[in-house]
Amino acid sequence: MRALLYSGLVVLYLLHNDWWLWNRDGRVFGLPVGLAYHVAYSLLIVVWMALMVRFLSPAGEPAAGAGESHGGDDG
Amino acid sequence: MTLAIIVIYLLVVLVVGLLSHRLSSNSGEGFFVADRSIGPFVLLMTLFGTNMSSFAILGASAQAYHLGIGVFSLMASSTALVVPVLIFFIGTRVWELGKRHGFLTQIQYFRERWQSEALAVVLFVVLVALLIPYLLIGVMGGGITLHQITGGQVPEWVGSLAVSAVVVVYVCVGGMRGTAWVNTLQTLVFMTLGAVTMIVVLRSFGGLGAALDLVAERRPELLRESAAFRPLQLLSYTFIPLCVGMFPQVFGQWLSARSVAAFRVPVIFYPLCVVLVWMPSVVLGVLGNIDFPDLVGPQANSVLIQLIAERTPQMLAGLLGAGVFAAIMSSLDSQALSLSTMFTQDIMRRYVFGQQMSQARQVLSGRLFVAAVLAVTFGLSLILKRSIFGLAMWSLTGFAGLLPVLLAALFWRRSTAVGAIAAVATVVSLWLYFFWRGWGNPGYSVLDSGVMSVTVIFAASSLALVVGSLLSRPPEREIVETFVS
Repeated sequence: MRALLYSGLVVLYLLHNDWWLWNRDGRVFGLPVGLAYHVAYSLLIVVWMALMVRFLSPAGEPAAGAGESHGGDDG
Repeated sequence: MTLAIIVIYLLVVLVVGLLSHRLSSNSGEGFFVADRSIGPFVLLMTLFGTNMSSFAILGASAQAYHLGIGVFSLMASSTALVVPVLIFFIGTRVWELGKRHGFLTQIQYFRERWQSEALAVVLFVVLVALLIPYLLIGVMGGGITLHQITGGQVPEWVGSLAVSAVVVVYVCVGGMRGTAWVNTLQTLVFMTLGAVTMIVVLRSFGGLGAALDLVAERRPELLRESAAFRPLQLLSYTFIPLCVGMFPQVFGQWLSARSVAAFRVPVIFYPLCVVLVWMPSVVLGVLGNIDFPDLVGPQANSVLIQLIAERTPQMLAGLLGAGVFAAIMSSLDSQALSLSTMFTQDIMRRYVFGQQMSQARQVLSGRLFVAAVLAVTFGLSLILKRSIFGLAMWSLTGFAGLLPVLLAALFWRRSTAVGAIAAVATVVSLWLYFFWRGWGNPGYSVLDSGVMSVTVIFAASSLALVVGSLLSRPPEREIVETFVS
């Protein structure tokens, strides 16, 4: 799973370079096609990051005593 | 009416910042990193708000005015990918190291990681020098906003002074917790009002389709990405958002998180926030060509505000102007606080008071430096008039070039202080060279290839770090084991 998710980041980076749309006219959902693509791309990243968080532990599990609240802010 | 709404908004911001003071301990850790207690939602809002400055609002719309929709591709979507990845892999590690060792600044971390006073001093100077232009665009943006939103009645210096003064007050009183609370408010304000602005302005044109049809008649190239960049430029622009990893203000916010779990919400939702802010800025910047077709260079810094003043009811214009102020101040406060933290902890406490600085004195020093930094920046704003986007790019390029230093500190056991200093020296040298080459040439790229100078600087600093490390004595194993898992 880790390899898949990391590979996905590489694919996402490659997909960012939408040279095939570079000089294209046309609209998608009312937006110029290049703008629509990158908006959709950004929303895809939300999904991928959710998968990263779900399946991969962030680095550095809290050490003993770490992460305890000191009357912290809500949220 | 417009001015009254903005004044009321600034008062609300002040109250929120002042109230935050009640929850902070009166200690250095309370003032500088909010007692390491910031939860996930506030962490998202403050991280995002910090990075969405007048650059993302005024600068983006100005750049889109000139170059079209491709500005979103260049900056927004690359930011949407790079920043969450940085938070996920780097932010969480920084938090854990900060919690374990009690760091309050980047400089403390780098000094301890490589046991080098020389590196700490060099980095301090460079980070401060790079942050000043970023502060400047915030103060400038405040002046431009108030001047334009009031139809030119209020001089620019008044707006610049207003944002500087308000930020000084609530940062001095509330420290990191004050900035976090205010940033949460301000981020919600400018995200909401940005969307409202876009909807109201589009409706005044008869809808998105009708507005874009008008642009297509007059400036069709703005609706294609090719107006904004060449392919290699798009590829190399993804290096720019790497700057976030070395921002002192972001480092401080990472240290302020309550737990590693608090990073989950920012990692997931940061890209959504990018879309909600950048899309209105870019679209409205492009539409500015309809009403204001003759803006040249930095004149476009005010195109968003001019559109708001032209096409929205007066009361809404005031609210929207407040939204722009929100974006500006949400960056200015954390930048000023981070400089203050660095000065207090890394200079005053380290070299003047020899670690014997009382908590009260640390807080006082922090407050005085916030006021001094913003006073100097306000003074600079009176004499320097440059493109907001251009100033930001140079600042961001320098920070991005320094990221290899942080990556090596976190992940490469063999890295040394010599390597890190070599990397910093390389960044400074190349930054000055490319700044000189690009002076007066907004479209400058390396050898006119489309490749941004940030790519070359990043690669060169990485190489210098590797070579310098391998040619110097390996670090002590015990120290490395403490920092690199």
